[in-house]
Amino acid sequence: MSGNINVLLKIWHQKNANTKGGFVDYKVNVSPDSSFLEMLDEINNDLERKGEDPIVFESDCREGICGTCGLVINGEPHGPLRKIATCQLHMRNFKDGETIWVEPFRAKAFPVIKDLMVDRTALDKILQAGGYVSVNTGGVPDANAIPISKDLSSEAFDAAACIGCGACVASCKNASAMLFVSAKVSQLALLPQGHPERSKRVQAMVMVMDELGFGSCTNTYACEAECPKGISITNIARLNREFFNAKFKSSVLEY
Amino acid sequence: MSWLYNSLNSSIGKKIIMAVTGVCLVLFLIIHLIGNLTLYGGFNAFNGYVRTLELVKPVIRVVEVVLGLIFIFHIFNGVRLWIENKNARPENYTVKGIRKNTTLFSRTMIQTGSIVFIFLVLHLSTFWVAFNFSGEPEHKPYQYYSIIMDWFKNPFYAGFYVIAVILLGFHLNHGFQSAFQTFGWNHKKYFPFIQKLGTVYALIMAIGFASIPIYFYFNGGN
Repeated sequence: MSGNINVLLKIWHQKNANTKGGFVDYKVNVSPDSSFLEMLDEINNDLERKGEDPIVFESDCREGICGTCGLVINGEPHGPLRKIATCQLHMRNFKDGETIWVEPFRAKAFPVIKDLMVDRTALDKILQAGGYVSVNTGGVPDANAIPISKDLSSEAFDAAACIGCGACVASCKNASAMLFVSAKVSQLALLPQGHPERSKRVQAMVMVMDELGFGSCTNTYACEAECPKGISITNIARLNREFFNAKFKSSVLEY
Repeated sequence: MSWLYNSLNSSIGKKIIMAVTGVCLVLFLIIHLIGNLTLYGGFNAFNGYVRTLELVKPVIRVVEVVLGLIFIFHIFNGVRLWIENKNARPENYTVKGIRKNTTLFSRTMIQTGSIVFIFLVLHLSTFWVAFNFSGEPEHKPYQYYSIIMDWFKNPFYAGFYVIAVILLGFHLNHGFQSAFQTFGWNHKKYFPFIQKLGTVYALIMAIGFASIPIYFYFNGGN
């Protein structure tokens, strides 16, 4: 079709976490208006028509809010554009004749399930360790019963914009989950509702994060650059502060 | 005290060790550079500096032990972090996007640090050992100056010295602001200034230390 572009896709195929993977080439003629995932859908339709296995990749909402999609495109999680998820990337951002490398998020803590799909349960385990507030059952509290300044609630909301996609882990040269953990700690530490459990929360979440095989943060800030939601590294500084305060002040010895 | 041991062995604890020891070394380098600059004043100025240090010899010995321990912690912890962080990604990306989202300084800390370490060993074995374990005390000040001049006449030594301190500048440029971030002192109003201050500091250190072998190589200590 006229106006379409031709691209050569090199897509990672891997049967499961225990087998070695490799790239498979796909030459496609695609509309620049197509989204990246729609292009993969079309390839999969062709493969299924031929009776072959489709390429396994994850997606859900396809509007950048659920955090399910996540491909490393030409070495960058969620592709070359800033502050978008893979599902929001369109083929107009690629040149005719370009070679595009597609890889899964790579980290010891994110084993490959198949092809481009990885197991991100590790992030859920960190949240289970303390990324919540305990609320007693009963009547719904009155709105605005606890006054919170607009600045503070905005800052908490910016941290809460994290969709838990794991691009920070995928982009970090150390596969560290610090940006994710810092966003989850910050969104609660900034608000009065999060204060009763803040000491336990930060210690438990950091402990579980370390146990799950993520690397350590060395302040390269790749995570902030690749985060589809623009989560700031000031959250990591806050996480560090929360961690020292908890360690020095708390009398709980179990962490 | 196992809580302290566990805390310092956590991922954030290791950052704190790097940052605290790094800050000590940042401060040490300032004093070291000021001392070195007396070489530009010629034999007498440098001699005066050496005599001042001789007067407080016991203090210097304590500082040397503390500095040695700081170096060991910084290096051991840095190498350990590097190995652990490599293991956190067993299979690397085929296309590396890391150049697009990080600075050269931040991703080469282990390389620049390693070269600075090799330089440090050479530096100690040439200057520190020679200063402390050679000759009669009354002739020492003169010897110090001539030992330095002799080494700086050697193009390989002077060249390696210059390369090493430039890479030290790379290391410091990342390390300076990184320490502030680790301590949690990342504030929207001040952090951009801290990053610039770190670059200025790294430039002063690299240029300051590198200028001395360059000057004496070409001027021969005259």
